[in-house]
Amino acid sequence: MDAERRLRPEDVVELNPNYHFRWEEPQEAHVLLYPEGIVKLNETAASILERCTDGRSIASVAADLSRQYDEANLSLDVLKFLEVAHAKGWVRIKS
Amino acid sequence: MPKAGSGLSLDGLGMPLWLVIELTYKCPLKCPWCSNPVDFDRYRNELSTKEWKKVLQAGRRLGSVQLGFTGGEPMLRNDLEELVEEADRLGYYTNLITSGVGLNPVRLRALKKAGLKQIQLSIQACDQELNEKLVGLDVFAHKIAIARTIKAEGFPMVLNVPVSRYNIDQTEALIELAADLGVEYLELANLQYYNWALLNRAELLPTREQLARSEAQVKAARERLGKRLTIYFVVPDYYDNRPKACMNGWGAIHLTIAPDGTALPCQEARLIKGIEFPNVREHGLDWIWRESPAFNQFRGDGWMKEPCRSCDEREKDFGGCRCQAFLLTGDASNTDPVCAESPHRHVIDELIGCAQKRDEARAGRLVMRQRGLGPRTGVKAD
Repeated sequence: MDAERRLRPEDVVELNPNYHFRWEEPQEAHVLLYPEGIVKLNETAASILERCTDGRSIASVAADLSRQYDEANLSLDVLKFLEVAHAKGWVRIKS
Repeated sequence: MPKAGSGLSLDGLGMPLWLVIELTYKCPLKCPWCSNPVDFDRYRNELSTKEWKKVLQAGRRLGSVQLGFTGGEPMLRNDLEELVEEADRLGYYTNLITSGVGLNPVRLRALKKAGLKQIQLSIQACDQELNEKLVGLDVFAHKIAIARTIKAEGFPMVLNVPVSRYNIDQTEALIELAADLGVEYLELANLQYYNWALLNRAELLPTREQLARSEAQVKAARERLGKRLTIYFVVPDYYDNRPKACMNGWGAIHLTIAPDGTALPCQEARLIKGIEFPNVREHGLDWIWRESPAFNQFRGDGWMKEPCRSCDEREKDFGGCRCQAFLLTGDASNTDPVCAESPHRHVIDELIGCAQKRDEARAGRLVMRQRGLGPRTGVKAD
């Protein structure tokens, strides 16, 4: 398995099944819950994670977000964030 | 409490994100570093199922989201499954913190069905002999068997090792054991010295050399194992020169409810004398968290003295641990003496010095957890 390699735009990622990703009303934020831990996500991180764990490629999500936020090209930012999420074990490459 | 110091800082917007409920102080094991009060048997009036459910409901309304079921040994409560089910219904992420004693495949499946998300199982050594010496009971084989069942049932799992002079040299073997069991997380939690651990500190504190060797082995294993196994390494804070960001600050994100309903900012806080901690039987949890004098005593930085008051790291470490300041300097509002800037740092240095010079041949014996000891004295109370 190639779990430790860098992510590529054509990759599809999925949430690590040991992580729960959800909206937490009192915090007015999305959170990741996992064994003995919690991460609060900002709006951008949450929208990337929400779309990227939906079975679509990183490139397709980045194109979507670029349109939505009216930015020329967000693919580098999306990839950069997912690299961090991947390194932290929040997401993994879908095989 | 150890873990808060090692995690990342988290702003809970003033809510107790972490709720820890100590269902009982009873436990079949006799660990000589137990975090329960030395006079734990004085507190026998455990909350009922109904009262715990009220605590869970009130906690969720206050914004709690991570929930730890602990003790004592929480498996001794036969309403555990019912409480887990209620917690899951309320939307908590539920963690069970257990020695594994009392856990069997039937209860494990019932807990899974009730919605339990994660199990933290403790193990004290990677062989039967040392494990039995450290916990006072022959439970090693059971722990290994139940660890495998936990994994077979599909729970994510933290293998927690309370680390002392006695088992720190097994670091490599413990890592191999964790990898072999297929757990996601190994927590090598060097003891922090409160309650029973404090009573046995001279026996338990590892030497600087032991610690350095263990840390190097963890580093090598992290590189070798990568994402297969996440290893948390909690240092014994005496060997640090900056204090731990204990509990992410007093009354910031942590709320512990003791078996008798006493609400505490951390599991050890009732060792600080002179603070009256509120009880959920007498007050609403909302008032306790937001208004009670106990929870406001060391909130923010208004209470700080020098050198904390003018230190630019005060928002990073919150002055360290209030319990440790009380235990080692006599005043809970002093800087944690672990800090190199503390005027009491010499106390820590002397303790470390003693640990290096310990004569193995004359080593004393461990005071195992037992009933009938008075608070922090090691002498019969009555």
